[in-house]
Amino acid sequence: MNTHAIRVIYKFELARWFRTLVQSLMSPVISTSLYFVVFGAAIGSRMAQIDGVSYGAFIVPGLIMLSVLTESISNASFGIYMPKYAGTIYEVLSAPVSYLEIVIGYVGAAATKSLMLGLIILATARLFVPFEIEHPFWMIGFLVLTSLTFSLFGFIIGIWATGWEKLQVVPIMIITPLTFLGGSFYSISMLPPIWQKISLFNPVVYLINGFRWSFYGIADVSVAASLGATIIIMAICIAIIGWIFKTGYRLKA
Amino acid sequence: MQAIISISNLVKTYASGFQALKGVSLEIRRGEIFALLGPNGAGKTTLIGIVCGIVRLSSGLVRADGHDIHREYRAARSKIGLVPQELCTDLFETVWDTVNFSRGLFGKAPNPTYLERVLKDLSLWDKKDNTVMTLSGGMKRRVMIAKALSHEPQILFLDEPTAGVDVELRRDMWEMVRKLRDSGVTIILTTHYIEEAEEMADRIGVINKGELILVEDKATLMRKLGKKQLTLYLHGALAAIPAALADLKLELADNGNQLVYTFEAQTETTGIAGVLRRLNEAGVEYKDLHTSESSLEDIFVNLLKSK
Repeated sequence: MNTHAIRVIYKFELARWFRTLVQSLMSPVISTSLYFVVFGAAIGSRMAQIDGVSYGAFIVPGLIMLSVLTESISNASFGIYMPKYAGTIYEVLSAPVSYLEIVIGYVGAAATKSLMLGLIILATARLFVPFEIEHPFWMIGFLVLTSLTFSLFGFIIGIWATGWEKLQVVPIMIITPLTFLGGSFYSISMLPPIWQKISLFNPVVYLINGFRWSFYGIADVSVAASLGATIIIMAICIAIIGWIFKTGYRLKA
Repeated sequence: MQAIISISNLVKTYASGFQALKGVSLEIRRGEIFALLGPNGAGKTTLIGIVCGIVRLSSGLVRADGHDIHREYRAARSKIGLVPQELCTDLFETVWDTVNFSRGLFGKAPNPTYLERVLKDLSLWDKKDNTVMTLSGGMKRRVMIAKALSHEPQILFLDEPTAGVDVELRRDMWEMVRKLRDSGVTIILTTHYIEEAEEMADRIGVINKGELILVEDKATLMRKLGKKQLTLYLHGALAAIPAALADLKLELADNGNQLVYTFEAQTETTGIAGVLRRLNEAGVEYKDLHTSESSLEDIFVNLLKSK
């Protein structure tokens, strides 16, 4: 295995993130803080507890997941799209690097950034609302798994995108709505029965509920279903990336 | 001499149906400077792209230092360095970071001593902490070469290396390329500057419309296809070639003030002595003379015209 290549790709991607650390961190932290102010303090104080958890604490896992999903996709898609756009991808394609090593380098770096961001938002949330984490290892596990899975998804988008607009389309048009409708701010048991059933087709419901369970031991779906859904999404992403590299889709003429 | 790159029956058809390479076979000898010439769209960059792993081949076989570029891509690619036509490097990185990145990408452990030497050879050492975006175009071109050399390749592809580079820097680069060749690196360059190939290449290949139409030692090519001319500057202008000289390959130029005699470069006897004797006999007086030789550019243009 070309570990030197993995190291330099990973390091390069993290260095890029650190160069723009203020924008990279401040933007999601500020927007999440605003969510806590609006939904936690202002509206939350008028909301009843959900399954014994205060509304402010209830939305913490969902808000972390919202940031982790969007940042994973954005980091990974930008990470591979930028060399395509700038033409520097030639160097990666002409190097003695396997597809797996390329993916580990780019996706690993994107997932690391998301993971760090998720933990920073977790710490920020603690400043606004008191909460305890019932299953800390599962919490980290879900965070790592989600960061990896959606960084893989972002990597696919970065290869698929042929312009900056396309890079934004999927996160804005699909991921953000799915996250908002995936129970970030409510329990799906609060929805009418028909919408509860429809919500079960939203994969983000499983991610948020698994993550929320690790915090408070409560969830709308079983932990096994959450874990299974995450692994299925990851497997689909891996299969698509395998196909991309096999065919050279939008990488090699 | 042993081939370091062996290409046989290479075909590339793009998804659009355009056939960029039509069964190209070529062997590059170890340690030579090989110039690949051809007009725009001839297939030069596609050929390089396939050998380097950037473009997928449709059919054929390519070996680099004996390694199949597909089945043994790691071994093959680790031998190759590529300086692409475009200045493609991360503008926000420092020179030092970007060459270290390239070295690592090609599976080599960090070696600051070697990279220092590369940067010094390319007069980049004092710029090592500068970001690439602050460098001039010529310096950026040197950075591209430094990146390509960072993993100590045995084969170096230079795709239009001196495009947009000033004359002085071009001379420096030619010197650097010669040094690399002397150190054992095989160099394949494509160029639009024919004088560049003429100046540096050991062998020359001409590609046109996806077909390799000629591969020859430069000296042999110049001798075989080159022409020489003897120009005589006359004392008085001639209205026409005198009838007594009609059997000679003479032409009038400069309003009859010059007589031009064209002869094949490869022939043992040029016929110059005979021409001069016949001119004396015909009473044509001249005040000066000089000979000139067709350049590689002339040969190249004639070759493309004939195809």
